[in-house]
Amino acid sequence: MSPAPLAVTVIPNFGRGSECVRDNHTFCWGWFTDHWGDTFRPALTQHVVLTLIAVGVGTAIAMACALFAYRQRWFEGPFVVFSGFLYTIPSLALFQLLVPITGLTTTTAEIALVSYTLLILFRNILTGLREVPEEAREAARGMGLTPRQSLLRVELPLALPAIIAGLRVATVTVISLATVAAFVIDKGLGAPIFAALQTSFKTEFIAAGGLAVALALTADALLVAVQRLLTPWARIRVT
Amino acid sequence: MKDFRDSFSFMADHLDLLWHKLVEHLALSGAAIGVSLAIAVPLGMWLGHLRRGSFLAINVANIGRALPSLALISIGLAILGLGFANVLVALVVLAVPPILTNAYTSVAGVDPEAVAAARGMGMRGREVFRLIEVPLALPLLFAGIRTASVYVVATATLAAIAGGGGLGEIIVNQASYGLSGVVAASIWVAALALLVDLGLGAVQRLLTPRGLRRQAPVLGPPDRGTRHDPRLQPAPGAAPR
Repeated sequence: MSPAPLAVTVIPNFGRGSECVRDNHTFCWGWFTDHWGDTFRPALTQHVVLTLIAVGVGTAIAMACALFAYRQRWFEGPFVVFSGFLYTIPSLALFQLLVPITGLTTTTAEIALVSYTLLILFRNILTGLREVPEEAREAARGMGLTPRQSLLRVELPLALPAIIAGLRVATVTVISLATVAAFVIDKGLGAPIFAALQTSFKTEFIAAGGLAVALALTADALLVAVQRLLTPWARIRVT
Repeated sequence: MKDFRDSFSFMADHLDLLWHKLVEHLALSGAAIGVSLAIAVPLGMWLGHLRRGSFLAINVANIGRALPSLALISIGLAILGLGFANVLVALVVLAVPPILTNAYTSVAGVDPEAVAAARGMGMRGREVFRLIEVPLALPLLFAGIRTASVYVVATATLAAIAGGGGLGEIIVNQASYGLSGVVAASIWVAALALLVDLGLGAVQRLLTPRGLRRQAPVLGPPDRGTRHDPRLQPAPGAAPR
């Protein structure tokens, strides 16, 4: 009777790796569909949530500041300098500069993302309001509208095209920067990109990058459609 | 706050390293801007002179602005691999749209009456371009170059993940440099972007003929100036980096 082998070479079972994945081909469709549910769909959802929160908060702040600057002209200069300063700081640097203060949290990511929306939204809302024709404002007053009613029913609706144009830029900006946010939080479409950096796995690079590009282009197109729906009068204006 | 104090002692201790990375950063950015200028300025101004291809020139900026920079670098990593080439391609793809659109709109948006007057004085197409359109186009053209430059300097930080070098290399490598190093490099990058924007803004104001001088923004993307044709809007400012 032969002695039992002391050691048996054990090859760990990593599952069935397809040839495409083993040879790291440019794009493995099978791997992508296998990991859609556990990697890409959650990342995409997180990305959309990060973006919606940032654009929502940014719009609220920018709207409040723009309405204030609409009444108090002196406020415009300082706010534009402040938000222009934030806007110019490279995203990666801003995320890292916030880490010592707010830590590796979603708050850090959102503060940075919100700060990039302020300049664009503020400037567009204010320009939109200022470009409301004086006749429209006078007609509103003549019809007996109070300043508040005039703002809500006449001036803001007329400023909508400019406001939505600003939202468009702000949204695609945030979608782009939210990928960089994966440096500080493990969320969004940047997360698979950083995971792929450890393994140099090409399919993951292309899938995450491609989804981010597709998301940005889709959001841009959606907002154009919203603008067309909300401002039917703009379509027939001939200049 | 301690991390910020440490970052300043990091700067003092590693001045050579930071300086070396800064030079790398500027070399990479300069190469990308140079290539983009060579592609976009002649093409955009020529199309603007002919007043053709407005659809292309205007939409390229809208699409270019929507492209996430990190996603482009990521896709480039799969196709071109690590290194300078990938980073250069990504930066050029991001820098060409704002320059192209502004080069086009700056020339195509020149007051048609000025062009008609020049033709009435007997100028030929080439002379109209050289003596009328180019001088009047310069401020807006330069606004596009400024936008693209700030954008490239900022995005070159991300390039570090693809082996492009530069200050980003310290930021993405906390394991080697510690949080104080990361914060120090972040401060340098932020200061660099602000200086480039302010410096080019000053040049832009100098280039603007006195008659056209509008308040150019001190920081951030250029304001959308009033153009004769509402479809001819300049590139709407720096995009995401």
